Amino acid sequence: MADALESKTTSLRDGPRGPKPRRTFSRRNILLYGTLFVIAVYYAIPLYVMIVTSLKGMPEVRLGNIFSPPLEITFAPWVKAWSEACTGLTCRGLSIGFWNSVRITIPSVIISTIIASVNGYGLANWRFKGANVFFTILIFGSFIPYQVLLYPVVILLREIGLYGDLAGLVIVHTIFGMPILTLLFRNYFSSLPEELFKAARVDGAGFWGIFLRVMLPMSIPIFAVAIILQVTGIWNDFLFGVVYTGPESYPMTVALNNIVNSTQGVVEYNVNMAATIITGLVPLTIYFVSGKLFVRGIAAGAVKG
Amino acid sequence: MNYAVEIKDLDLHFGNVKVLQQLNLDIHKGEFLVLLGSSGCGKSTLLNCIAGLLEVTDGQIFIGGKNVTWAEPSERGIGMVFQSYALYPQMTVEGNLSFGLRNAGMPRPEISERVKRAAGILQIEPLLKRKPAALSGGQRQRVAIGRALVRDVDVFLFDEPLSNLDAKLRAELRVEIKRLHDQLDNTMIYVTHDQIEAMTLADRIAIMKEGKIMQLASPNEIYNRPRNLYVADFIGSPSMNFLEGEIKAGKFHLEGIVIPLDGYEFVEGSRREGKAIIGLRPEHLVTGDNLASAAVRTKVDVELVEPMGSDTLIYTKLAGRPIHVRMDGQAQVSPGDKVEIGFQPERASLFDPVTEDRL
Repeated sequence: MADALESKTTSLRDGPRGPKPRRTFSRRNILLYGTLFVIAVYYAIPLYVMIVTSLKGMPEVRLGNIFSPPLEITFAPWVKAWSEACTGLTCRGLSIGFWNSVRITIPSVIISTIIASVNGYGLANWRFKGANVFFTILIFGSFIPYQVLLYPVVILLREIGLYGDLAGLVIVHTIFGMPILTLLFRNYFSSLPEELFKAARVDGAGFWGIFLRVMLPMSIPIFAVAIILQVTGIWNDFLFGVVYTGPESYPMTVALNNIVNSTQGVVEYNVNMAATIITGLVPLTIYFVSGKLFVRGIAAGAVKG
Repeated sequence: MNYAVEIKDLDLHFGNVKVLQQLNLDIHKGEFLVLLGSSGCGKSTLLNCIAGLLEVTDGQIFIGGKNVTWAEPSERGIGMVFQSYALYPQMTVEGNLSFGLRNAGMPRPEISERVKRAAGILQIEPLLKRKPAALSGGQRQRVAIGRALVRDVDVFLFDEPLSNLDAKLRAELRVEIKRLHDQLDNTMIYVTHDQIEAMTLADRIAIMKEGKIMQLASPNEIYNRPRNLYVADFIGSPSMNFLEGEIKAGKFHLEGIVIPLDGYEFVEGSRREGKAIIGLRPEHLVTGDNLASAAVRTKVDVELVEPMGSDTLIYTKLAGRPIHVRMDGQAQVSPGDKVEIGFQPERASLFDPVTEDRL
């Protein structure tokens, strides 16, 4: 009797205890990490080839060993891509396009973000008459394919005398970014506690007072998201750039296209690769620097539709 | 003009939903009025209307004798405390307290003096330089009260201010709010769904249901003489026992138990014969030594016992209907026992089974 009790208590004592051990090489882990590895390689190899090729001289490129590392590292293709490559008629490289892109991107991003944040705040917190209709139209706006509007906008810009001008492109980018940005800001401001807004009203703050002193300091993450979306979107834009600007004001993407597509003699793969990397560097840097902030802001803006 | 807040024929509709209907309410100067009701009864909506945060569909609101129906929240002479504290997260406690005053364009020396005074009253001086994130729930709510306090207003509005706090802190802050009211003598309108808060704090309680005030009276009156079945059932925990019977010749007949109603105070003009519901509070059903004072007595079988320390609740049947009885915490009782219970008829409540109004 006593023995039976004894064995019962010991078995309890020796039974499972603490965290359950897990196998490192379970079937699930192998499948999961295997898939992730394959996907990572799939995306990394082209990048590797680009970097490696851009550091080779033309004789080495002609050997055709695209995966082998450069025997002799040279930065000449980068220099050429930046300042000497030919885009159709002129041979001044990407540099002009780069500065054009900067001049397009900065004002477009700033103006569109400011306007969209005020729009979103108004829609979320000051439910004016017809707010829902306005919002529906806005959502609808974000689904309209850009191609449909290309030609009407050309006419519009021509009529106000901004066709072919950087300012014209800035206006186009600002307007086309508006639906999605407003949606983003509206959702974010809707997710902030409503009582905060009420408290500010009781405290006597008005439309701008609440926006600038209560809402704005709380919305850094969503501003980061908006800016990242806009910078990458506008920087990577090709369609509007090629349609609404002239050769002197082509943005970088158009310049890149012209370099890569201009067929004069040999195709300089190393220069093309270098030019492409340079063009992609801006959005790439932004993603690397602000990745965490971006994810946080996206998550915050996504809740509550 | 001895009303701090007057609400006249207030209507509020959201589309087709009528949240408030023809609501009239006068609140005395210096009164502590609690709006009590289950969720969705319109109590918070009413408070938001008083604050000016919701536009009313019809009716008028007067604060301090002035018609403020169209006034902005900041112009109404009110301060408001929210359930979620609603402190501005990027401002320090001092910034939170002074935000309203700065918006009003008050000179700096006066602002700092008022902030200091409010911080003194609420004992939050050491926290003035901190951000809300670095405060505990109780401290945050104290700052939120302070934000209303600095504005030196006549009417304080509380929207379930203690619901986010744990039970112990809630009890502490409850006492503090009561003390604050005694000290300031302001009018306070307090929304809650917690009947303990309502009973302990209020001068008068307004019990709301579906956008209407069911009863507006002192806590004592509401507890002892609930005006209808809803109020009777809502107030008191555990809730009142309801048993259906019949009034015949001035006596209530409950399946063989005859309850004399000589001591019962009928609502004027409602004395009558026929079917009725009798309501008995679990704590008015007495046992043991207290039976001496009970005019009506009967024996019941104990079905379930819930010891709660301070008292013990037993579940049993009276006249075939389940009831619960509150006994002394030290009572030795177990399921299957027979217990004699009794009560005083004048403490009971009688209701009309059709209109559900008090008799």
